[in-house]
Amino acid sequence: MNRISKLLSVTAIVAASSASATELEVMHWWTSGGEAAAVKEFADAFNGTGNTWVDAAIAGGEAARAVMVSRLTGGDPMGAFQFNHGRQAEELIEAGLLRDITDIAEAEGWKDIVNPPSLLDACTVDGRIYCAPVNIHSWQWIWLSHKAYDDAGIPVPSNWTEFVAAAPALTEAGKLPLALGQQGWQQRGLFNVLFAALVSNDVFLSVYRDKDAEVAAGAEVAAIFGAASDARAMAAGSTVQNWNDATNLVITGQAGGQVMGDWAQGEFAVAEQVAGEDYSCLPGLGMTELLSTGGDAFYFPVLNDDAEKAAQAELAALMLKPATQVAFNLKKGSLPVRGDIDLSTANDCMQKGLELLSSGALLPDTAMLNTPDTADQISTLFVEFFSDPTITAEDAQAQFVKIIENAE
Amino acid sequence: MVDITSSQLSGPQGPKPRKALSRRNILLYGTLFVVTVYYALPLYVMIVTSLKGMPEIRLGNIFSPPVEVTFEPWVKAWAQACTGLTCDGLSTGFWNSVRITIPSVILSIVIASVNGYALANWKFKGADAFFTILIFGAFIPYQVMLYPIVIMLREIGLYGSLTGLVIVHTIFGMPILTLLFRNYFTSLPEELFKAARVDGAGFWGIYFRIMVPMSLPIFTVAMILQVTGIWNDFLFGVVYTRPESYPMTVSLNNIVNSTQGVKEYNVNMAATIITGLVPLTIYFVSGKLFVRGIAAGAVKG
Amino acid sequence: MADARPSQLFRNKSAKIAAIPMIVTALFVFVGGTAWTIVYSFTKSGLLPRLKWVGLDQYERLWSTKRWIVSIENLMIYGLSMLVLVFVIGFILAALIDQKIRFENTIRTVILYPYALSFVVTGLVWQWILNPEFGIESIVRSWGWESFAFDPLYNADIAIFGVLIAGLWQGSGLVMVLMLAGLRGIDQEVWKAARVDGIPAWKTYIFIVIPMMRPVFITTLVLVVTGIVKIYDLIVAQTGGGPGISTEVPAKYVYDMMFQANNLGQGFAASTMMLLTVALVVIPWAFLEFGGSKKRG
Repeated sequence: MNRISKLLSVTAIVAASSASATELEVMHWWTSGGEAAAVKEFADAFNGTGNTWVDAAIAGGEAARAVMVSRLTGGDPMGAFQFNHGRQAEELIEAGLLRDITDIAEAEGWKDIVNPPSLLDACTVDGRIYCAPVNIHSWQWIWLSHKAYDDAGIPVPSNWTEFVAAAPALTEAGKLPLALGQQGWQQRGLFNVLFAALVSNDVFLSVYRDKDAEVAAGAEVAAIFGAASDARAMAAGSTVQNWNDATNLVITGQAGGQVMGDWAQGEFAVAEQVAGEDYSCLPGLGMTELLSTGGDAFYFPVLNDDAEKAAQAELAALMLKPATQVAFNLKKGSLPVRGDIDLSTANDCMQKGLELLSSGALLPDTAMLNTPDTADQISTLFVEFFSDPTITAEDAQAQFVKIIENAE
Repeated sequence: MVDITSSQLSGPQGPKPRKALSRRNILLYGTLFVVTVYYALPLYVMIVTSLKGMPEIRLGNIFSPPVEVTFEPWVKAWAQACTGLTCDGLSTGFWNSVRITIPSVILSIVIASVNGYALANWKFKGADAFFTILIFGAFIPYQVMLYPIVIMLREIGLYGSLTGLVIVHTIFGMPILTLLFRNYFTSLPEELFKAARVDGAGFWGIYFRIMVPMSLPIFTVAMILQVTGIWNDFLFGVVYTRPESYPMTVSLNNIVNSTQGVKEYNVNMAATIITGLVPLTIYFVSGKLFVRGIAAGAVKG
Repeated sequence: MADARPSQLFRNKSAKIAAIPMIVTALFVFVGGTAWTIVYSFTKSGLLPRLKWVGLDQYERLWSTKRWIVSIENLMIYGLSMLVLVFVIGFILAALIDQKIRFENTIRTVILYPYALSFVVTGLVWQWILNPEFGIESIVRSWGWESFAFDPLYNADIAIFGVLIAGLWQGSGLVMVLMLAGLRGIDQEVWKAARVDGIPAWKTYIFIVIPMMRPVFITTLVLVVTGIVKIYDLIVAQTGGGPGISTEVPAKYVYDMMFQANNLGQGFAASTMMLLTVALVVIPWAFLEFGGSKKRG
C-alpha cells in the first residue's frame, strides 16, 4: 500500500513537471539491429510521457567513453548515458559529475524490486544511488553444436568435463573442439567463466573481490589455469577473430562449442537454429550452474535546467517499470532486472537463465569487482597465454598473481 | 656499345614505336597486371560480399561470385540500417558530413596556403622555429590531444559547435598542408615575385594576383588530402560536436562496429564503399590536376 | 637571396599577421598540448585527468610492461620495412606508369583507391584474405597445391609482416602518385642528355632523377613517417594486436590505456615517451631542412 502511494505521488510530480516537452539527449552504444530495436522501446516509452528522446548512438565502448568524458569535461553534458555499472564510473561520481538519484530509487522502491540486489549495489557509492540498472547479461554459457557431435558420432556433452573428453573424437572427425576468437576480451572471458564454473564461489570472490594474492597463487586457481591450458589446446586451430565468426563455426558444425555470453543466442536465432535441436546451451558450463550478473546501466549527469532534471527523473523511473523492462529485454535478449515480471515468451536458454536468477545461483560480474585497468592487464595476459603454447600454466599463474597483488 | 645505346633510346620516355609483344612490354604489363590484382583484390572481395545474402556469406567462400545477386545490403546501408533509434542508414549523416567537410577544407587550405606563402616568401625572424614545431605536431597521435583540445574549446566557448570542429580539422591539417604549400611557393620563379615587388604590390596583392592564380594545381592536391582526411574522420566528429551534427562516419561506425550484435558483413561492405565514394569521386574528377600540381610544386623546389 | 625579401618592418607585419594561426596552433595546441600531456603523465589520472601526483610511477610501470616493449620493437620493424618498401614500391610503380602505358588512368586509380576507404572494414577484408581457412591459402590449396602455406596473421613471428602487406596496400598509392608527379616534373631534356651520353636508364634514375626529386621525397617522407608513428586503425581492424601481443604498436597502447583501461596517466606516460623520441629526431632535422638559407633550387 505504502509503496503504491509513493509510486502514485512520484507519478503525480512527474506528470506535473512534464507539461512542456523536454528534449533529453541519451547516449549509448547499442547499435546493432536487435540492440537498436531494444533502445527504441525505451525511447518510445519516454516519448510517450510527452518528452523527446534525442538519440546519440556510438558503437564501440572505447569511442563512446571518449565522447562521454569529453562532453562531461567540456561542460556540455548529455541528459543520460549508458555505462557498464561497476567500477568504471567511480571517478565520475567522485568528481561530482553525476546526479545522485537516490530519491527516485527510493520513491520507486528499487531496493525491493531489483533482483539480484548486487545490481543496485553496483550503482551505489557511499550509500547513494547513481545509476539505473536496466538489464542482466551473463557470460557463463557454453554453446554446443549438435551437428558437430553427430558428425563425429558421439553424444553432445552435458558439461565441461565431458566436453574436454570428447575433444579427441572431434579432432579425429576434422572438427575444431573449441571455437575461440583471438581477441583479449574473449580470452579473458573464457578464463573467468572457467574460474566461475570450476571452483567454488569463495575462491572466485577472494581473488577478484578481496584481491587475495595467496588464494590466487593456490592450488584451486592452478586447476583453473590447467583447464585454461586444456582450452588452449582445444582451440589451437581457431583462426577467427570476431566472436560471431567463432559462433558461426559452431552454427555450421565446424566446431564443437564456444564459451560466450548470452548475446551469442542472437546469432543462433538469426541462423534459424532451435535450442535443444540444433544447439545446446549450458549455463555455468554444466558444472556449477550459476550466472554472473553483469549488464548495463544508465547514469545521469548533473544538469542545471529544471525541466531537464525532471525529464531525467522521469526517464530513470520509466526504465525500471515492468512494461518497459519486458519490452526492452525481449528485444535485447537479456534478462530483466526485476524478478516480479512474466517472461513466458522467452526461449529455452533465456528460461534457464531466468530460473537461475530466481534461484539465486549468482555471482557478481567481474566488471563490478575489477577496475578497467586490472581487467585490461588480465586481458593482455590471456591474449599472450592463448596465442603462445610455450607459456606454461604455472608462468601464467605467476603473472596473474602479480596483477592481483597490484590491483585496487 | 651501340646496342646498349639503342636499347636505352627505346627505354623510358622513348618516343619510338615498339612492337606490342616485346619482352619489355610483357614484363611491364605483366608486372602492372600482378600489381593491379594485388590492389584490386580486396575491392573485389568487398563488392562480391556486398552482393551476397548472409546465408551465402556464412559458407565462407570469400572469392566466389554471388550465386544470387542481391542489392538489398546496399539499400539497407544507405537508407535502412538502424544506428540506435533512427533507421535511415548512412543517409542521416551525409549532409552533416558535407556541412563539416566543405568549411573545414576551405578554411584549412586558406590558412595553410597563406602560412606557406609567408614562410616561403616573407620569412620573418622566428618563423622557422614555429614551422619546426608545426612539423613536430604532425607526429603527435591525435588521440592524445583529445582532452586538451576539449579544454581549449571549452575556454573559448566553442565546445560542441560546428565551428569548433572546423577549427580542429584546420589545426590538424595545418602541418602537412603548410609543408606542401611552402615547398610549392618556394619553387615558383623568383623573377615573378621580384617584378611584382618593383610594381609596388604588397603581401596580399602578390598572394591574390600572382600566387593563387599560379597555384591552382597545388590547391587541388591539398583539397584531395583534406577531403579524404576530413570525410573519413570519425573521432573528432563525434567528440567535438553534438548528435544533430554527427557526420556520416558515425553511422558507418555504428553499422560496422557493433560488438555484441549480429554482424551483417554484406551491409558493412556496402556501407564502406558508399562512404568512400565521395573521396573517390574527388580523385577521379581531379586526377589530372593532382599529378600536375605536385609536379609543378614540390619537384622544382 | 636575402635582398629579395622585403626587410622593412611594416611589410613583415602582414606576414606576421598571416602567420598568426600557425603561431597560435604551434604554441597553444602543439606546445601547450604536449606540455599538458607531460604534466599529467606524472599523475594518477584514471578516467578523468586529475592532478594526483605519483612521480615517476607511470614510467616505471610503462617500462616494466612487456606489451610496451613489444610495441616499440614492432614499430621499429614495421616502420623500417614500411619506409623502405613504400618508397621502393611507390617509386617503381611510378616509373612503370611513367612509361607512357595504356590505361594509365585506370591503373593509377586502382592503386590509389585504398587511400579513400575507411580501414575499419578493409582491415577485416585483409583478415579474411590472409585467413588460412577461407583466404588465399585455401584457394591455392583447392587448385591442387596441397602443401601451400600462407597465413602470416596466424604466426606470431611474422604477423607484423601480414600487417605490412595491408599497410603497403593502403599507403603505397599515395606515394606512387607523389612520385609520379615528381617524375613528370623532371625536364625531358635531362632524359635526352642522358641518352646521348649513353647512361643506362637505371643509372639515370638513381644518380640524376632521384636527387632532382629531393623536395618531393621530403614531403613524402614526412607524410609516410607521421603515418608510421601514428599507426593505429590498421592494427585494430586487422589483428587487434594479435596473435597474442605480436602486432601491438605504441599508439594502440596509448589509446587502449586512455579509453579502455581508464588509465589516462599511463597513456600519457607512453605518449610522452613517443613524443620525446620524435622530438629528438624531428626537431633538429626540421630545423636543418627548413631553416637556414632560403629558396633552394
